[in-house]
Amino acid sequence: MRFNNVNDFKTAQKQFSAILGAEKNKVLVCSGTGCMAAGSKAVYERFIEVLKEEGLPVSVAMEKEPHEGYFNVKKCGCIGCCELGPLVRIDPYDLFYAHVTADDVPEIVEKTLKNGEVVDRLVVDEDGVSYPHLTTDFPFYKGQVRNLMEHCGNISAESIEEYIAAGGYNALCKALFEMTPEAIVEEVSASGLRGRGGAGFPAGKKWSQVAALPADPVKYVVCNADEGDPGAFMDCSVMEGDPHRMIEGMIICALAVGSEVGYIYVRAEYPQAVARLSLAIEQARAYGLLGENILGSGKNFDLSLSKGAGAFVCGEGSALANSIEGKRGTPRPKPPRLVDKGVFDRPTVLNNVETFANVPMIIEKGAAWYTSVGTEGSPGTKTFSLTGNIKHTGLIEVPMGTTLRTIIYDIGGGLKEDRVFKAVQIGGPSGGCLTEQHLDLPLDFDSVKQAGAIIGSGGLVVMGTDTCMVEIARFFMNFTKKESCGKCTTCREGVPRIQAILERITMGQGKMEDLDMMKELADTIKTCSLCGLGKTAPNPVLSTMRYFKDEYIAHVQDKRCPAGVCKDLCIFRIDQSKCIGCTKCARNCPVDAISGSLKQPHHIDVDKCIKCGTCKAGCPVHAIEEV
Amino acid sequence: MKTDFKLIDSILGKYGSDKSKIIAIMQDVQKEYRYLPEDALMYIAQEVGVSPAKLYGVATFYENFSLDAKGRYVIKCCNGTACHVRKSDDVQKALWEATGMTPGQHTSEDGIFTIERVSCLGSCGLAPTVMVNDVVHSKMTPEKMRELVAEIKKEANI
Repeated sequence: MRFNNVNDFKTAQKQFSAILGAEKNKVLVCSGTGCMAAGSKAVYERFIEVLKEEGLPVSVAMEKEPHEGYFNVKKCGCIGCCELGPLVRIDPYDLFYAHVTADDVPEIVEKTLKNGEVVDRLVVDEDGVSYPHLTTDFPFYKGQVRNLMEHCGNISAESIEEYIAAGGYNALCKALFEMTPEAIVEEVSASGLRGRGGAGFPAGKKWSQVAALPADPVKYVVCNADEGDPGAFMDCSVMEGDPHRMIEGMIICALAVGSEVGYIYVRAEYPQAVARLSLAIEQARAYGLLGENILGSGKNFDLSLSKGAGAFVCGEGSALANSIEGKRGTPRPKPPRLVDKGVFDRPTVLNNVETFANVPMIIEKGAAWYTSVGTEGSPGTKTFSLTGNIKHTGLIEVPMGTTLRTIIYDIGGGLKEDRVFKAVQIGGPSGGCLTEQHLDLPLDFDSVKQAGAIIGSGGLVVMGTDTCMVEIARFFMNFTKKESCGKCTTCREGVPRIQAILERITMGQGKMEDLDMMKELADTIKTCSLCGLGKTAPNPVLSTMRYFKDEYIAHVQDKRCPAGVCKDLCIFRIDQSKCIGCTKCARNCPVDAISGSLKQPHHIDVDKCIKCGTCKAGCPVHAIEEV
Repeated sequence: MKTDFKLIDSILGKYGSDKSKIIAIMQDVQKEYRYLPEDALMYIAQEVGVSPAKLYGVATFYENFSLDAKGRYVIKCCNGTACHVRKSDDVQKALWEATGMTPGQHTSEDGIFTIERVSCLGSCGLAPTVMVNDVVHSKMTPEKMRELVAEIKKEANI
């Protein structure tokens, strides 16, 4: 069914809302990447199977009429607390089950769905407190403001009807029939929305520049969904959990700047996001929300997916444009900028997933509402992926300006296994680290930049004192070395030099001059590379040298790795008080470096030891340590 | 496997032999063969009207394209930041050991395993992760990795 005008749409929306509102018994299975990886697909399928076996009425798509007699089984967007996955929400009880497996399903059906009883063992329990209504009572959710992710966990991620029922595409109607293109640009500018992809460039400014250029013959609206920062999956979750929100934002942008053709450049490592987006585009086209003569307005805009092929540098605007054109994804010199000469040398608006996903609510609720959340310079909320050695990993959404302390300790629940906080890597390989002194720093674009890092797309990797910062710098240089496209000599040749130096330092062969040499190399790379990847490539080294200089010095001068990570600088030792003399380590040692008799504490001969770690991995009482 | 040019033709047809679509065309071809056979590349270059050198340039630029045949099980071991700080190196080591492969070796001699080290699979909340063909396995440990390889070997009858 195609909506030929706004009335068709409003009538259908009323009907969809009535149907969604009438649904009573719902099983929402989280199908974000995390939960899918933990096996939620099997859980979803098993629910349908068991309900059918039990002869209960199951519905997996929106019914034609309001009906409360069904068990509506749905795949919903990312609920957030990935560590607890697969998560399942059961309505009308607003009850959440964690770590659900397919084998748990019959019990859930029998007890909860049929009899309204709680399966206690599946309810989240932490320190003796149980949290049956997870999203309202679990500390992870306190302090979060889920605007962008409001639908995730509440409606099906694969149904356009449910998106419409929840108020979706209302902003598009408003933009189409109640606003001029200038007014849309004006509203977005007034909202202060800044690009969520890295640099934080004001979206309204970009739009107005493209709007001012002629569309002869064409202008493009492009969504950067090439979320390549390791440790970041916010955009992935938005695309998978609420794909229409982002598509709606893109259509509104196209209306504002006068474009009829759009691309979504999505990385191929996200097969599920690709599938959800393709489905969403088809659905929107079928209803006449995308394509020709949108809702009878005479306006056209269509979208196609362009799949990346595994090049990190393609997250950079001009490299992305080259890739869409079917070329090697190397960056172009600027100027001209993308707004003037982007894809196929035409004016192009390029924003990332989260930026576009913010647009519908700005249009619908207005700039004044939007700026009421966040800070003055960075309004709105920001999603972060909280990972690393933290208790509650997952996807969070907080107002801009929330402090690191709130995120790590209140939301994240502190470090895993009571490790001690050391640093958090923010902004991926182009970012930097923030340390204990930054715990009360408000996370917004400007404050983080001042601290020598960037918000980037929003990856937060938390590290404890068992992480070696020199090794982390080496790790990032390894990554950048691999991902450098090779166009600029400084990045192509400079990064491997830094990486080689770091490699030496972690092996205990570093010299003090190396530190100055790295600084010099870093400055040259930053100054002379063309694109954002090159310009920011040395950041992890610079920021770890800035905040953890003594750790570098310990490696170079004392030949010691304080975190006990760099194997060449560690010696293995058996804690005499813990060793039970089981002889397992001695038997496993490939070089016979361990001696000792049965039931007597053992010893490691450090001269023979090759530091392979086999003894430590196998010790039943954890008596072997690296020092 | 011999290259089926009719199949290549149908892929080219889908994209109207458009020069700007060569990445998508090669992705579709790779989906069929799990790598890019040389004769297929030569044929595509001719049909879309770019030089073989240019096509080769694009094919080798992007990490996802492979000019060598891949194994039946492509195992991507994630070494993104989140996985790295949760000791993905140990998982990677276990993977090499369990498959009898060496670092740097792409595909095992029997054509069963291909090991790739990737930089982020997007399931960072459940790090460390490993992807076997298109299925992600989460919260890996060296022990779980060995079990997974054993399972695959059983499935592959070796």
